[in-house]
Amino acid sequence: MFSAIDWILQELTFYFSYGLTVLFRWVLDLFGANPSILESNQYKGAVNFFFYDTMKIFLMLAVIVFIVSIIRSFFPPERTKRLLGEGKARGLLGNIFAALLGIVTPFCSCSAVPIFIGFVESGIPLGVTFSFLISSPMVNEVALVMLWGLFGWQIALLYIATGVTVAIIAGIIIGKLKMERYVEEYVYNIKMGDVEIENPTWKQRFRDAGYYVLEILKKIWPYVIIGIAIGGIMHGWAPEGWLAKYAGKDNPFAVFVAVLIGIPLYSNAAGTIPIVSELTRLGMPMGTALSFMMSVTALSLPEMIILRKVLKPKLLAVFIGIMAISIIIIGYLFNIII
Amino acid sequence: MNIKILGSGCANCKKLQALAEEAVKELDIPATVEKVEDMQKIMGYGVMRTPAVVINERVKASGRIPTKDEIKKYIQDEV
Repeated sequence: MFSAIDWILQELTFYFSYGLTVLFRWVLDLFGANPSILESNQYKGAVNFFFYDTMKIFLMLAVIVFIVSIIRSFFPPERTKRLLGEGKARGLLGNIFAALLGIVTPFCSCSAVPIFIGFVESGIPLGVTFSFLISSPMVNEVALVMLWGLFGWQIALLYIATGVTVAIIAGIIIGKLKMERYVEEYVYNIKMGDVEIENPTWKQRFRDAGYYVLEILKKIWPYVIIGIAIGGIMHGWAPEGWLAKYAGKDNPFAVFVAVLIGIPLYSNAAGTIPIVSELTRLGMPMGTALSFMMSVTALSLPEMIILRKVLKPKLLAVFIGIMAISIIIIGYLFNIII
Repeated sequence: MNIKILGSGCANCKKLQALAEEAVKELDIPATVEKVEDMQKIMGYGVMRTPAVVINERVKASGRIPTKDEIKKYIQDEV
């Protein structure tokens, strides 16, 4: 089945590329420019890359986001809270459990505050809460699709495994530091009502999943297209291995700089990965690329601003510090291993 | 009857509010639709995902936008 889909994508890529070339030829003629660039391998490579990867990524996004939303409809945060709060999972087990639940629980940065308050209010330890808070946005379905589509499933799995590991370790450290008093006081004063967890019907699950797919696509399509377009241009014109001498394994600062650049890039996570996939082809080592992507998804400026509502500056700083250090360590580690 | 839309002002909350107002109008039932944006009040209902709809102080749906028909059913259940 996959080869049939691939065949259709390649056929469509051919027709779209042809159409675009006709359009470009017309525009170049209009300005009396030399159209020979349209015959070059660089141009053909870039255009093919752009159409093929755009269609592939959007198709994968639609299918995988749909499946993930169905699975997620069984794990609303209210249920996660109950599972963690019943006291069955304390200590290390609690952190592991929280990080794993972070993968399946629906989460966007806008619900970080309510989820944080809900967890703390129901007596879940701060360290366990952080394990959840870190893994939830970092290990998300959009990153999964982009990594799978552009790097293959091995790298996608590696990303998930490292993301969960970072969440567990960072949560344990924050728990050990006993920073409960650096949570804003009002959080402890909120009394949460008990809500009955509704069990949606299958019809509702499907409808909500379809709705969610549309919502995600609407939000990220410009970034994906711009990201793939830039990736396509690099694919056509930048020679393989070109980056190795600047950001290769020999440069001890590469991981560090990559993590720093990733911090302000949050909403572009979907657009960043196609560029990163090209950067690795140009010679950026995988560890550097992984830590860059983690920094994009987990260390984002908007998320920090939202978390500041519940965390005092000191705890927020500790959180950012631990995350940055773990992501950097992971980058160097993978640069050595892979 | 009192209908509350819980949410911190995101696009989905506005959409849900519009749907609830339409449902009330079509059912022709005396009801007020109000918006709750205060995080502490929202949490007071036990809601962790917005938007949520609360009818007569009971949470009917959270974290999703129910259809107009579903909202009508929630209202009729409370009548």
